[in-house]
Amino acid sequence: MANIKELVKQKELFTGGHRGCAGCGAVMIARQVLMVAGPDTVVVSATGCLEVVSTIFPYTAWNVPFLHSAFENAGATISGVEALYKSFTRQGKINKKINFIAFGGDGGTYDIGLQSLSGAVERGHNILYVCYNNEAYMNTGVQRSGATPKGADTTTAPVGKVKKGKEQYRKDLTAIMVAHGIPYAAQAVAGNWRDLTSKVEKALSIEGPKFINVFQPCRLGWAYEPELTCEMGRLAADTCAWPLYEVLNGQYKITYRPKEKKPVAEWIKLQGRFRHLMKPESKALLDEIQALTDKSWEDLRKKETASTPAKAV
Amino acid sequence: MRCVLSVEQKNMAKKNIEKKPGWKELPEGDLIKGGGTAREFKTGGWRSKRPILIPEKCISCMTCWMYCPDSAVIVKDGKVVGFDYEHCKGCGICEHECPVKGKAIKMVSEKEAKASEKK
Amino acid sequence: MAKSNIIARTGNEAMAEAMRQIDPDVVAAYPITPATEIVQIFAGYVADGVVKTEFVPVESEHSAMSACIGASAAGGRAMTGTSSQGLALMAEMLYIAAGLRLPIVLADVNRALSSPINIHCDHSDTMMLKDSGWIQIFSENAQEGYDNMIQAVRIAEKAKLPVMVTTDGFIISHGMERIEILSDEDVKKFIGEYKPEHYLLKVEEPITIGALDLPDYYFEHRRQTAQAMIDSKSVIVNVGKDFTAKTGRSYELFEKYKLDDAEFAIVAMGSTAGTTKVVVDSLRAKGMKAGLLKPRVFRPFPKEEIAEALKNLKAIAVMDRSDSMNGHEGPVCLEVKAALYDKGLNKPVVDYIYGLGGREIRVQDIEDVYKEISGLSRTKAVSEVKYLGVRE
Repeated sequence: MANIKELVKQKELFTGGHRGCAGCGAVMIARQVLMVAGPDTVVVSATGCLEVVSTIFPYTAWNVPFLHSAFENAGATISGVEALYKSFTRQGKINKKINFIAFGGDGGTYDIGLQSLSGAVERGHNILYVCYNNEAYMNTGVQRSGATPKGADTTTAPVGKVKKGKEQYRKDLTAIMVAHGIPYAAQAVAGNWRDLTSKVEKALSIEGPKFINVFQPCRLGWAYEPELTCEMGRLAADTCAWPLYEVLNGQYKITYRPKEKKPVAEWIKLQGRFRHLMKPESKALLDEIQALTDKSWEDLRKKETASTPAKAV
Repeated sequence: MRCVLSVEQKNMAKKNIEKKPGWKELPEGDLIKGGGTAREFKTGGWRSKRPILIPEKCISCMTCWMYCPDSAVIVKDGKVVGFDYEHCKGCGICEHECPVKGKAIKMVSEKEAKASEKK
Repeated sequence: MAKSNIIARTGNEAMAEAMRQIDPDVVAAYPITPATEIVQIFAGYVADGVVKTEFVPVESEHSAMSACIGASAAGGRAMTGTSSQGLALMAEMLYIAAGLRLPIVLADVNRALSSPINIHCDHSDTMMLKDSGWIQIFSENAQEGYDNMIQAVRIAEKAKLPVMVTTDGFIISHGMERIEILSDEDVKKFIGEYKPEHYLLKVEEPITIGALDLPDYYFEHRRQTAQAMIDSKSVIVNVGKDFTAKTGRSYELFEKYKLDDAEFAIVAMGSTAGTTKVVVDSLRAKGMKAGLLKPRVFRPFPKEEIAEALKNLKAIAVMDRSDSMNGHEGPVCLEVKAALYDKGLNKPVVDYIYGLGGREIRVQDIEDVYKEISGLSRTKAVSEVKYLGVRE
């Protein structure tokens, strides 16, 4: 478990001076991940908010080696970097441990980047893939993605006279990653740094492909005041809209159980992208969302029970 | 309606373009040498509010430092001592996350803070 | 001169042999006909432990080039091979590799682009990427394919531009030839070690590669790439000279076959140049002053040198194994005409678009081309494009 008094003494591996929005959750996540990963880390990022705001020539916020090639291929690009490391290690040209971390937004991970991520983890590269998931294509202006939840207002599935936001449920990418049989997959959230950093630490201590899906509140796309970013993350966990858990070699463990599971409306009502859901005519949709959230939480608890070996009597 | 730049503005624009390195001086390829060069880019001008530290209330829990998206909380010898106003964007996360009762950080209007600085 | 070993290999086998001797750090590849064998054979070398390469069996060609970019930026030698749709799929990444100035080497086995889908030879795939910033070298036969791959490694690293070495699909890739190869030692000595100044695995000196350029920097970075392409011409010539010293085989920007005193010439790349040499010989025996100019390097296009070589001809036929769909000429003809124009040379140049989708080009067809252009110079200069071998 990372000790904040120790972390504070380290040099900054992700600096200020980037062009992220005031209150941006993505840069917060990147900074916290690097705090734990340390300077012997190579980062690859897909095109997206994080990459764009942090590397506008000649300014880079990254104080570790960083590569960006294109949008849909963070998985493939980091595979190449890690493959070279393996080759150099075998040739005796390098003998220190280096972390290989790929960052991608939900756009570059759930949708256009899904193929290259799937290929990378199937091949078993020793990489950690961190998805900063803000539930839409934010960098291009808040378009719907495979991660956008039902009912959210986005620019390509907007709320209008006839349609009420996205009509489909979001993909469960964490489950897709677990189905690949990787040694470690987890969900975390910006706003709970202890949970996120301990998951990063654990992941980096494991050989093989690891995946952490980090929920990232976005003040611009979700429409809320910037100081609430961390609180939004905590509310998502408290309402079970975004459960925090990890799957270690197929064994599920819920890492955060809300003391009091709040109704999902508590989280929804604070966001402009869900404003229409708080209207009386949207009650059916809101109820549907609550039912789905409850079912997902129940399913997760069942998975945890089913995958945890019974304690010997 | 034509938008006309003043002579001063035209000269400044020209200077900005001329100051930047030409293709022969830049490193070859889309390469930035060194890390963290973004520190040289000042984002403090984005603010409409700024955080003020109330040192006697601060317990140096480092929560604000951990969550600041712009690495703008300054820590010295294990204590929070202030903010990097060249980079702070005034998001207010520090104040919001401060666990101390009554808060050890207060967001104040940037305009007023600047005005009182000038005095 | 280095010792030579004589073996029988198809074009693909020869390329794989060159790759084995080059022993790159990473090969990331995806199969596609007719290039598949190159990496398949190479995967066999990996399985037998005869190379140090880390082989990455990626899930698409786009990922193949992405992984090569990752490996090359990380500080190693990266290679791959593909054709046609595979090259098209990785097109975005090819431009990126060139913009990032990474010395990746790619074996492209020339195959037609869909639609219609066709697995046979034409040059449309390579021509699609002519503006990507990659150096493009055409091989006439398996020997050239082998020799060009080895030279490509040094060219790429000196010019800091990626290089594609092409062979004609099925015709060369699957045709068995007698080739002379260098010893493993001599290849290692020729290519030397790759020692980049900046690379990702040097974690003590962090760098950022692939930053976003706003309008205030993009143009300067592209200008650098353009200059690198211009400068690569001399790199290619020098590496060629070095290779000639080792092997006795000549490698320049283009090959002149009985061109110096020729009156009528064909400009042709790839395997068709080989067929044309046979026709040149037989026409010369019959008294026609026929000649051939075989461009080896298409990018950068050796404009002044080619115009100089063509300046005394009465008429020229350019053989284009791809169409540029501009309603006029194919890509090679456009380059040749621009070269001639800038030298003030107004000659009859006829473009023959031929061999698309693997359509056979025979000795008879090439003889007909020479006959046609030899008739032209007696009338006023014409500019024409003909589709050779298509059924009307």
